Amino acid sequence: MSEDEILARDTAVHGAATSGEFTLEVLRCNPADPEDRPRWQSFTLELTEGMTLFIALTELRETQDPSLQFDFVCRAGICGSCAMLINGRPGLACRTLIADLPSPTRLAPLPGFALIGDLSVDTGRWMRGMSERLETWVHGLDTERDPARLEAPMEPEVAEAIYELERCIECGCCIAACGTAQMREDFVGAVGLNKLARFHLDPRDARDDGAYFDLVGDDDGVFGCMSLLGCDDVCPKDLPLGTQIAFLRRRMARQAL
Amino acid sequence: MSRLDTVGDTLVLAPGDRRWPAWLDLLQGLSGLLLVLFMWAHLFAVSSILLGKPAMYRVTRFFEGSLFFDTPQPWLVSLVALFIFVIFVLHTLLALRKLPSGYRQWRAWLVHMGGMRHEETSLWLVQVITGLVLMFFATAHLLELFLHPSNIGPHASAARIASGGWVLGLVLLLSVEVHAGIGLYRLIVKWGWFGLVDTAARRRRLRRFVYALVAFFLLLGVTTQMAYLRIGKESAVRDGLRYVPPGSAQIVPPLSDEAPLRISQTGEEVKR
Repeated sequence: MSEDEILARDTAVHGAATSGEFTLEVLRCNPADPEDRPRWQSFTLELTEGMTLFIALTELRETQDPSLQFDFVCRAGICGSCAMLINGRPGLACRTLIADLPSPTRLAPLPGFALIGDLSVDTGRWMRGMSERLETWVHGLDTERDPARLEAPMEPEVAEAIYELERCIECGCCIAACGTAQMREDFVGAVGLNKLARFHLDPRDARDDGAYFDLVGDDDGVFGCMSLLGCDDVCPKDLPLGTQIAFLRRRMARQAL
Repeated sequence: MSRLDTVGDTLVLAPGDRRWPAWLDLLQGLSGLLLVLFMWAHLFAVSSILLGKPAMYRVTRFFEGSLFFDTPQPWLVSLVALFIFVIFVLHTLLALRKLPSGYRQWRAWLVHMGGMRHEETSLWLVQVITGLVLMFFATAHLLELFLHPSNIGPHASAARIASGGWVLGLVLLLSVEVHAGIGLYRLIVKWGWFGLVDTAARRRRLRRFVYALVAFFLLLGVTTQMAYLRIGKESAVRDGLRYVPPGSAQIVPPLSDEAPLRISQTGEEVKR
């Protein structure tokens, strides 16, 4: 079912919110307080034109509960900080219009990441661990870098293809949308596999398929993926994750044969 | 890098070889594809009854080696059943790797699926359930055929279906066709065949095509079962008489001390 269809169904069940009051139910928890237990807290706020979930949460924090924790930086779908579960599906708060949501709407932190508090999770630590494990940087033939030297030219098509995959903002939506990652915490997920597909394209990266195989040629890597493609369907940047995972799978299988 | 071992001149996969996960994934897909193709061919063969008893009889005889032998060789059916069983066990063991294990994983999976409300994620649970059903029921079916390979034919099969076999038949039909359809879909998007994984719209179209295919095979299967049930009610089948094709009276030996067999032109009735 597409996102639009799900929204349409939710709206049909609960009624669309275009004006008046809107209810948000937030899963609250402060792991720093050992006494605190996870609980749902309801907030009601007045809808305004073009209100995003991010604007609504900011208003709640300013007018109703200053202790409410959630992350944001850019407010424009670029930084990937404000990812959360919106009625059970991962999405960016800044890119979600309240008018598209049913009332009440439930917000929960992204699963699979360390909880900082309420809707705030530490995706950074997870992403760094993944990057170090998969060595997501250009492995040049020469380790010595001369800043004065001109870089080798690259075909515009190659540069564009790399840029297409480079658009990943590491928001963590694909990990929260992945059944495999939710069951098996060592799975590198679409974000990791997409990164390796990106370096595979890069002519500056000297690694061959054997080197990539050592990184993702197992059940924690590409062969752990069950192709449920929740990642592809929720990615806020519309990255071709299914295509890239299938590509890596074919390359890695050929490497094993 | 991969560790390669040799036995004599042959390259083998040794335990600890890093290529194992890739091989297991390949074998899971390959065995699944083989089983899908076999099951579709199997259903077409079984549904030959819809073209009449002589057609189904010819198909039965074909699988009993009529091309090479003058007399039926049911052990050939046992051989095929054994081969399919080996592939089936292999596929089951490989697929079981992917199942959630323990309470924590099951809970994580179910909570995730409930929240996501995502068709392809939910289809995986259908795949797990139908797979588990097949693990038990298909085993029973294959064992039955392996042990009694000669109990196949327009009358013999109808008698089995009519005497309660339709329950197993219906469970198998439903689970195998749904499992095969979803499995084929997953295989195509998993390996990115024909670029069908490239957009959500293409995947949706592929799903619809697969659903139509599943519906077709379910319809064919149910119609076939009904045909066998109808034949199972005929008096000849109830009397335990095997089907005799038209003009082949000589292969039914007359019982001693009784009147010789007389077979009608249609081959439908056997009278003394």
